[in-house]
Amino acid sequence: MEGDEIIEVRDLEHAFGDFTAVRGISFTVRRGEIFSFLGPNGAGKSTTINILTTLLPLQKGTVRVAGYDVAREPRKVRAAIGIVFQEDVLDRDLTVRETMEFHGRIYGIPREERRRRIDDLLRIVELESKLDERTKNLSGGMKRRLQIARGLMTQPEVLFLDEPTQGLDPQTRMRIWDYIRRVNEAGTTIFLTTHYMEEADMLSDRISIIDHGRIVVSGTPAGLKNALGEDVVYLETDDDRTARDALRGIEEIRSVTESSRGLSVTISADGSHCLPRIIDAVRGAGVGISSVNLKKPTMDDVFVHYTGRELRDTGA
Amino acid sequence: MAWEFLTVYWREMIRFVRFRAQLFSSLLQPALWMAFFGVAMSSNFDRFTSAIPAPAGVVPLDYLTFMAAGVIAMTTLFTSLFGGMSLLFDKNWGLMREMLASPMPRTHIMLGVSLSGMTKSFIQVSIIMAFGLLLGVQFFPGYSPARIVLSILGIFAFVGAFSLGFLLFSSTISMRLESPEGLQGVMTLLTLPIFFVSNALYPIQAFPPVLQALSSYNPLTHLVNGIRYFALGDDFFAVGARYTFTTADVLTSFAYLAVFAAVMYLLARRTFERAVVT
Repeated sequence: MEGDEIIEVRDLEHAFGDFTAVRGISFTVRRGEIFSFLGPNGAGKSTTINILTTLLPLQKGTVRVAGYDVAREPRKVRAAIGIVFQEDVLDRDLTVRETMEFHGRIYGIPREERRRRIDDLLRIVELESKLDERTKNLSGGMKRRLQIARGLMTQPEVLFLDEPTQGLDPQTRMRIWDYIRRVNEAGTTIFLTTHYMEEADMLSDRISIIDHGRIVVSGTPAGLKNALGEDVVYLETDDDRTARDALRGIEEIRSVTESSRGLSVTISADGSHCLPRIIDAVRGAGVGISSVNLKKPTMDDVFVHYTGRELRDTGA
Repeated sequence: MAWEFLTVYWREMIRFVRFRAQLFSSLLQPALWMAFFGVAMSSNFDRFTSAIPAPAGVVPLDYLTFMAAGVIAMTTLFTSLFGGMSLLFDKNWGLMREMLASPMPRTHIMLGVSLSGMTKSFIQVSIIMAFGLLLGVQFFPGYSPARIVLSILGIFAFVGAFSLGFLLFSSTISMRLESPEGLQGVMTLLTLPIFFVSNALYPIQAFPPVLQALSSYNPLTHLVNGIRYFALGDDFFAVGARYTFTTADVLTSFAYLAVFAAVMYLLARRTFERAVVT
């Protein structure tokens, strides 16, 4: 095992004819983390994941996955990774058990080991009662779970998840998230692409926002949101005017506006650290506070801030 | 030695057994050929050709027996030409990506599919031979049981080499095309000349010289020669023509099919190693 970085991408570019889908991106994924590519459909996420998983040939740049160069040692990369594809990639006429068997066999897992892992994984994703069901009779959520189990069967160092919850209902999505977290806690590095803000926000250790083939910004979800400096504190007080004057001394406050519902205080730093001082300052001026609300920016705000527009949500 | 191609084979055979409609039609089709075309044509041909006497000492054969070898060859041709179709579906439904993203050597995909196509041909050929015997086809005339077994093995060897070649060809085309309709078109177009410019249904001795030359390069002609040699012997008379085969003739035919399969293998390997399916 060399170093912390399980995926290293340098200056990756990829074009389909005249259209450049990926325009020179570089990033690294650390062993053990959940790393997300967040971006709208057509941003270059799938192209990147296809190159990282050796399904597309490398055109320009260098990509190392699990210590192997994807251009020079694609078979070693393939043996080290697991993939859950964007669409359902299941043979409709095979049973759940056969689907897993097939996968285990093409990866050359010995029989005893294979049987044991199939039983274990299907129990984890709660499909053990569906062993002999053909995959065409499974619900959308079950199909996803089966594919996650399949992706994990080879005990990959990195699991690639391409839009893992696209088109699923909210309860099923939460359940899939739960599986993804558990898999990660068991030691598998996760690389996921998504165009769902809250998915990236809830799951990831780190996020890269990608748009038009470029990485716009990278960071932890909290870091990205805090860096915007747009935390807002809503205050309802006995005397808004006095409270407003009392807040003048706090330098992190960017602006204060009054409305019929109270005061909106925009803060250029982490709002949760400023909040106690704001409350102290207002109370210190003898003004009573009837309610306080801190609003952090969402990933949507982050996205809009860096790309200048709303996420084109066309995939759901 | 890696054995992953057996996994691909295993899956293909599960599909074969599970798609009831495909299973039954593929088993019924050759029987129908024998029952209708075979019986209808033989009643006509036998009437025309009975006027031509067989040379002294040569066994005359009826048309049904003559064409049974052609039906075996034709069925093998059809099954093999369309055998790559499942790859096209795999590709279009995304299933191919699971295999391409795995560490399994890519040649194993085409080998597994080809071996399953070959198995299907063996099953069909067995059915035609059994059904043909019921209809009165005089295969293996006066052979000892040991010779019958050897002859069947010989027929399977020819059918195997021939189907392997066309299955690999079909796999190559399937990997390069986008739609099943396209494959259907290409294969139907190929079926006609391959089938009719051959000795499957009639002797080539009376062909115009160009067609005669073409038919001698046609793998189907070599397959039919092999089947007739093993099923009917090395000297017989049918449809107004005398057939003699030397051991060298038969070995040449087999070598031709083997070389054909080898060339198709190289072509398919090139296609699979370069294939990009996303």
